[in-house]
Formats: sequence, C-alpha cells, structure tokens
Amino acid sequence: MENQAIYSISLIVNQKPYSIKVLPEHTLLDVLRDQLDITGPKECCGVGECGACTILMNGKAVNACLILAVEADGSNLVTIEGLGGKDNLSPLQQAFVDAGAVQCGFCTPGMIMAAQYLINTNPNPTEEDVRLGLEGNLCRCTGYSRIIQAVLSVAQNKEHNVP
Amino acid sequence: MRTFSYLRPTNLSTLFAMIQKSAPDYRLLAGGTDLLVRLKSGKFSPNTIIDIKGVTELQSGINMEGSTLTIGALTNMATLESEKSILETYPALAEAVHNVGSIQIRNRASIAGNLCNASPAADSAPALLIYDARVTCISARGERQLPLAEFIVGPGKTALAVDELVKEIILPIPAANQAAAFTRLTRRKGVDLATISLCCQVNTSGITRFALGAVGPVPFIVEEKEGILTSGTVSLEDKKACISELMEKATPISDVRASKEYRQAMLTVLGLRALSTALERLKAIQ
Ligand code: FES
Ligand code: FES
Repeated sequence: MENQAIYSISLIVNQKPYSIKVLPEHTLLDVLRDQLDITGPKECCGVGECGACTILMNGKAVNACLILAVEADGSNLVTIEGLGGKDNLSPLQQAFVDAGAVQCGFCTPGMIMAAQYLINTNPNPTEEDVRLGLEGNLCRCTGYSRIIQAVLSVAQNKEHNVP
Repeated sequence: MRTFSYLRPTNLSTLFAMIQKSAPDYRLLAGGTDLLVRLKSGKFSPNTIIDIKGVTELQSGINMEGSTLTIGALTNMATLESEKSILETYPALAEAVHNVGSIQIRNRASIAGNLCNASPAADSAPALLIYDARVTCISARGERQLPLAEFIVGPGKTALAVDELVKEIILPIPAANQAAAFTRLTRRKGVDLATISLCCQVNTSGITRFALGAVGPVPFIVEEKEGILTSGTVSLEDKKACISELMEKATPISDVRASKEYRQAMLTVLGLRALSTALERLKAIQ
C-alpha cells in the first residue's frame, strides 16, 4: 500500500451521510469542495490564518484546511450550507444580509460558522466576546463593524437555530 | 503535499510497533495545526504519518490528584483555557493558552504538540516553566520524566529520542504563597506568533521569577531573590532598573516581528506589567 494508498472514510455533512475514498494527502477542505461539491468553505491562506475554511466538526469550530480528510473519518460536519439556504436563511445569515456585513462574500461562510460556534457556546456574548470569537477570521472588505453588529443583533435576539 | 501512509493505532503497543517500523521517516499527528502547515510547505515530507488521536492510553484530560496535576498529551488548548482547575490553580497557564492562535486552532492544537514543536515562541512554554512542569516521555523502552527546561533543547529541538513521544505533562500544585501572571506582545491579537511572551511569578518570601519566551533560542527563567521586586517600599524606577538588569540575560534576535532592540526594551515594560498583575493576585490571596 506504501505510496498510492486510498482510504475509505464515512462522514456526515449537513446531516447527510457520505462514504467516500480519499487520498491521505487531501485535506478535509479539498474533499468537501472537490469531491462532495460543498463549496461554502473557502480556501484562502491554507495555513490556519484566515478562517475562510471554518466549519463545525463534532460541534467545534475548526479550520478544514488544517485537517486531513482521512483524519476526519467518522465525524459529523456542518458547513454554511447546513445552516440555511437562499429561501430559508438562518437568523445569523439573515442578520449578515440585514447589517450589510457581506461585500465580496469570500470570508462570509467562515465568518458565519465561527460566529455560529460562538453563539452556540456563549449565547449572550459581549462585543468583546464577539471580537475575540472572530479573531481567527479575516475580512478584507467590510472593516468588521457590520459583521460584529450582525452577530450581536442575533445574540440579543436569542432565537438562533442551532444545528 | 507529498503523499504518505496514514496510520491510526488504537493502543500504545501498536503505536510502538508502527514507530519501530517507520522510524526515522515518520511524523506523529495530534491536532495537526502545525504539522499540516509544514507538510504543505514541504518542510516535512515523511513517508508515514501516525495519527495518535485514537490511542486509548494517550487520551486528553486533566487530572488533579494528590500534589500534582496531570495534563494528557492530547488535551487541546480550548479545553485547557476553560478548565476550572487550570483557571483557579494555574491562571497564568490559562492566560497563555488562551493566546494561542484562534479558537479554530485552539479547538485542535494539543499541548504536547505545542511543546514538541519547541518553537522559541510557543506560548504555553513560559507558563509551564513557571509552574515547574515535568514532561513524561514514553517509548517501547519505557517511561522517563524530564523537567521542561531539559525537554526543550533548542529552536525546534526537544530531548525526545526518535522513537519517543510525550505521554503527559505533570505540574506540581503551586505553593499557597505564590501568584503568577502571563503577558504577551504581538503585532496582532489572534493567530500571530508572540513577539515576546512572558510569565511572572512572585511569592511571599520575596522571590520573583520571570519565564521568557521568544527572546532566546529556548524559553528560560530569570530570578530575583532579594525581595526588591516584591517590596512595597522600593520605587517604581528602581524596580524598572532591576527588571531591566534581569532581562539582560535575554538574547533576542531581529526578525519580521520586531528588532532585537525593541524586544529588549519591551521586556522591561512587559516584565513590569506582569509583575504588577502577579503582585495584585498575591495580595488577593493573602
Ligand atoms: S484557508 Fe483555512 S484558515 Fe485560511
Ligand atoms: S466580505 Fe470580502 S473578505 Fe469579507
């Protein structure tokens, strides 16, 4: 098996089970995007510095670019697609739209997943908590104020649907 | 990333057998937050990756028993920073790990991985040094314990043999008459490596210790035993001068984060800051 090994893994992504074959050198992000066509999580830095690839893995916010697909065998994942779609936006997604917290949108899926994790673990964050919770997510467009506003508005609303 | 064989043992004896078969061209995978970066850059290109997350004897966890606290190798930073026993008994450690990367990183990064990378800037190291951490290393040949100061031997170098790994980190319960605080200088909060990371511990016998990271090839401790820094009557100016003299033992380099002159100057500032927090904490428990 030495160098051409292929590994069979099972994943649950957005509540849907998958059984797939992966190469050891492929990251979870590669597999989500290229094999499963789940392209919400983005690759930007690829080294854990920008947060564009943020997803929930067994309930924890993680950078999918820093996890091997084979390592994720058996895990339960939620990506931005799992929160809601065009016709049924989640409260957080709706808040981003309402607050004008999206410009080019490249950071948004990761930003929202990090924000969702924050709200799941701390339903009543202060502004400082939100800033800290999003410290691993870079946005080159919005200047962050509207993103923070959006997250705070949902937190204060208290009707977040937690997947 | 170059391809490799991926192995995931479920117990120590299988792990040792795999190590024996693969050594020296293998890497252990825990959280992966540093390893994947190096695999991607090509800095590491091992034939075999052994994922140790499934090894039952190495599970994560924090246990206080008798006069020590044991931190399992696989314990991640997010667990450490929020664990009650750490927050209450080792606050400087909680502060230090809270500063590692982002929450996405801390949810994965393991304490053993952070130490094994032996980065001069590893944030956990100064706090663990201040609390007199020991590292349990294991291999098929047996177990041994090393003081942390002997475990990290150079930038990126540990005392681990090629077939050895970290099993746990052991902290003695600190004496009742001490208090410690952590502080850190970075260009950007979140994700950036420390420009300086520093831990200060004071006790009621007048001993002040500073553990310094990112200002020398390895994290290390400097001490002041005359009671100058803990004194209520010595002037701020004299304390500054005293810290500045202690900090001369540091050998910072210039890099993308800061010049060596800036680091040297900031050591005194950070030292004073951490000292005042530590002294406040000491007062609060007296
Ligand atoms: S792409 Fe994963 S953190 Fe930037
Ligand atoms: S909206 Fe463009 S990077 Fe954030």
